[in-house]
Amino acid sequence: MDGKPTFFDEMIGPEEIYREPYRSYQKWIENEDPAQLRKKSAEAEQFFRRTGITFNVYGQDEADERLIPFDIVPRIISAREWSKLARGIEQRVRAINAFLRDIYHRQEIIRAGRIPIELIAENEAFLPQMIGVSPPGDVYTHIVGVDIVRTGENEFFVLEDNARTPSGVSYMLENRETMLQMFPELFANIPVRNVSDYPNNLRRSLANCAPPSCTGRPVIAVLTPGIHNSAYFEHSFLADQMGAELVEGLDLRVVDGRIAMRTTRGYTPIDVIYRRVDDDYLDPLTFNPDSMLGVPGIMDVYRAGGVTLANSPGTGIADDKAIYSYMPDIVEFYTGERAILQNVPTYRCAEPDSLAYVLDNITELVVKEVHGSGGYGLLVGPAASKREIADFVKKLKAWPGNYIAQPTLALSTVPILTKQGLAPRHVDLRPFVLVSPDNIDITPGGLTRVALKKGSLVVNSSQGGGTKDTWVLEE
Amino acid sequence: MLGKTAGGLYWMFRYLERSENTTRLLDAGFRIALTRASASESEWTSVVETAGVRAGFEKKHDTFDAANVIEYLLRDRSNPSSVLSVVEEARNNARLVRTALTREVWEATNECWMTLKSLLARPVRDRELPSVLSTIRQQSAVVRGALHGTMLRNDNYNFARIGTFVERADNTARILDVKYYLLLPSVSFVGSSLDNVQWETILRSVSANRAYRWLNGGDINPTGISNFLILYRQMPRSLIFCCAKINDNLGYLAEDYGERLSCHDHADRMLGQLRDRSVESIFDFGLHEFLGGFIRDNSALGGLIERDYRFSE
Repeated sequence: MDGKPTFFDEMIGPEEIYREPYRSYQKWIENEDPAQLRKKSAEAEQFFRRTGITFNVYGQDEADERLIPFDIVPRIISAREWSKLARGIEQRVRAINAFLRDIYHRQEIIRAGRIPIELIAENEAFLPQMIGVSPPGDVYTHIVGVDIVRTGENEFFVLEDNARTPSGVSYMLENRETMLQMFPELFANIPVRNVSDYPNNLRRSLANCAPPSCTGRPVIAVLTPGIHNSAYFEHSFLADQMGAELVEGLDLRVVDGRIAMRTTRGYTPIDVIYRRVDDDYLDPLTFNPDSMLGVPGIMDVYRAGGVTLANSPGTGIADDKAIYSYMPDIVEFYTGERAILQNVPTYRCAEPDSLAYVLDNITELVVKEVHGSGGYGLLVGPAASKREIADFVKKLKAWPGNYIAQPTLALSTVPILTKQGLAPRHVDLRPFVLVSPDNIDITPGGLTRVALKKGSLVVNSSQGGGTKDTWVLEE
Repeated sequence: MLGKTAGGLYWMFRYLERSENTTRLLDAGFRIALTRASASESEWTSVVETAGVRAGFEKKHDTFDAANVIEYLLRDRSNPSSVLSVVEEARNNARLVRTALTREVWEATNECWMTLKSLLARPVRDRELPSVLSTIRQQSAVVRGALHGTMLRNDNYNFARIGTFVERADNTARILDVKYYLLLPSVSFVGSSLDNVQWETILRSVSANRAYRWLNGGDINPTGISNFLILYRQMPRSLIFCCAKINDNLGYLAEDYGERLSCHDHADRMLGQLRDRSVESIFDFGLHEFLGGFIRDNSALGGLIERDYRFSE
């Protein structure tokens, strides 16, 4: 042993032997001319630019639209691997919805002493305005993205549950579209499961959650903060694909107890709003009074059953990083089963013993803000300088309750195409889950994010990550 | 459809039309400046005047020369009517209404923006101007082609077309108004070669030099030009053509929605005033007064459409 960490590579196993799911792909890529592949890769970039599949970067004036780099080597998951993942995800999402229903009603889980009351009562993500509110079909999280990492042949961990407004699904769809255009022959020879039903399923799933006030065919709209939002492309893409209206707060108002949109012919009621505006900005009368992005009075209409909001307000209490550490208990409490997918061991810095452990071992841990996201406010111990660690320790000691810590995981790698040929890079996976009253639908695939920098473990697009097409193979 | 979407389509196509019009103005100005160096300053002045940005220009530049005018009208982001600004605005509106556009129209618009952004990244030198202008025209032609070839003829399409013609009518009226003194009968019989060049410039500004010759056998005179640009129904940039188109597209909307609104009456009246008119009666009334009235009416029409179809709150 030379002491260097070894990582599980999903394509090429020990002794340079391709792992089973990649065998057919191997036959293909070994016959491809690397120069030709690099050319295709440049074409893909052109395609993304022309289509305008870009994201905006806040606070940068010129060239404020960037591409998320796309790598043309697919990430391939076998049918067997997927079926275990899918069962685990379904179980977890079911538990999350049951937990939300409980936490905003009787709070049995607190009475049973399985999670401490302070965790809820003192949590900003808990919305008292949601107490006693029952969304149609008891669906709280219509759309969930579960972030999964892999460390070995059979070792999958849930890194994070995204139960608010998970993004990235447009990349899942456009990445596949791009691969189909560039390499149609691959799909003729390899049985890859389809992801293109997603927008249709989303539409159906949302329609199934229409409020009692809806009598005819449900009118669905996507609520976006506007063209300057970083995910605007995705908002317009999903509206377009679903055949739904794309609205902003200024297009909406309360009319006769319903939410209505301003059309060329007057105000028309909407039944279901897939909102991509955060809770805080949803209703200036209930939450942030300065918000221009929401609709004054929408929460009253919602509570009275005049409109469905997807996801429901207040779901953040289920994907909070402090709650995360209780997820195995939550799953067990509501499903009566052990969690199929493992949690990453998590130290809650609010607890003195854990804090002491974290401070002693900080160079080996990842420390995260409880409410942070997007790779911000995060310390990766092994990669941080002494100075960075010292600064972070100060913040940590000042407010331990704001942090959790986890061991640095040996994230699996999948090769990307570089100028020098294939080279392994770390990846994670975000499958997308749709919840309706009688069904949980998991699209076979998801968004694979890849850290493009050699050795880097941060896959976020805001931190230089890229994406790959994700293939789930047929049985 | 959403009022905001109707407004986005209307403005997207107004801006695209404006980019083309500015391009034509520059083209015509460039030509006259090449051929008649002594008159070039006044020619560039009238180009800036026609584009309606004289005040802004004078804040930044002291002289109306080729370099300054080209810079200000093509690239200057502080000029809201520069080609770069309007193409960016057109694309922003396209992003806003992306769900109302076909993929072809969106991609053509996006590509137009990307191409022009890189084309206009550096100052444009005199000798590059013709090829730059031709690229701009080509790019917007692709967008228009995609619109005609792929969009359903529904309200989306009608709002896009209405925006196009409201902008175009404004532009043709301004071109005439800035040069109206050249068209007045009092100076029209001078018959010097100077006037011929000036008159040709007017025709070039609306890309109608050859069409006019074709129809009039080379007899260029002020009455003919005025008639052609104001009252000739087959000329796609004439005032009457634009008004007729606006009427058609507003009419389809009224039919679709089953509702006539104040903008319909207004547009009807504008068309009627042109239909019953002879060019002589316009001259009797006063060309400048007539054009001024038309520009005001046209802009009021734009306001009525915005209000009637609820572009904003």
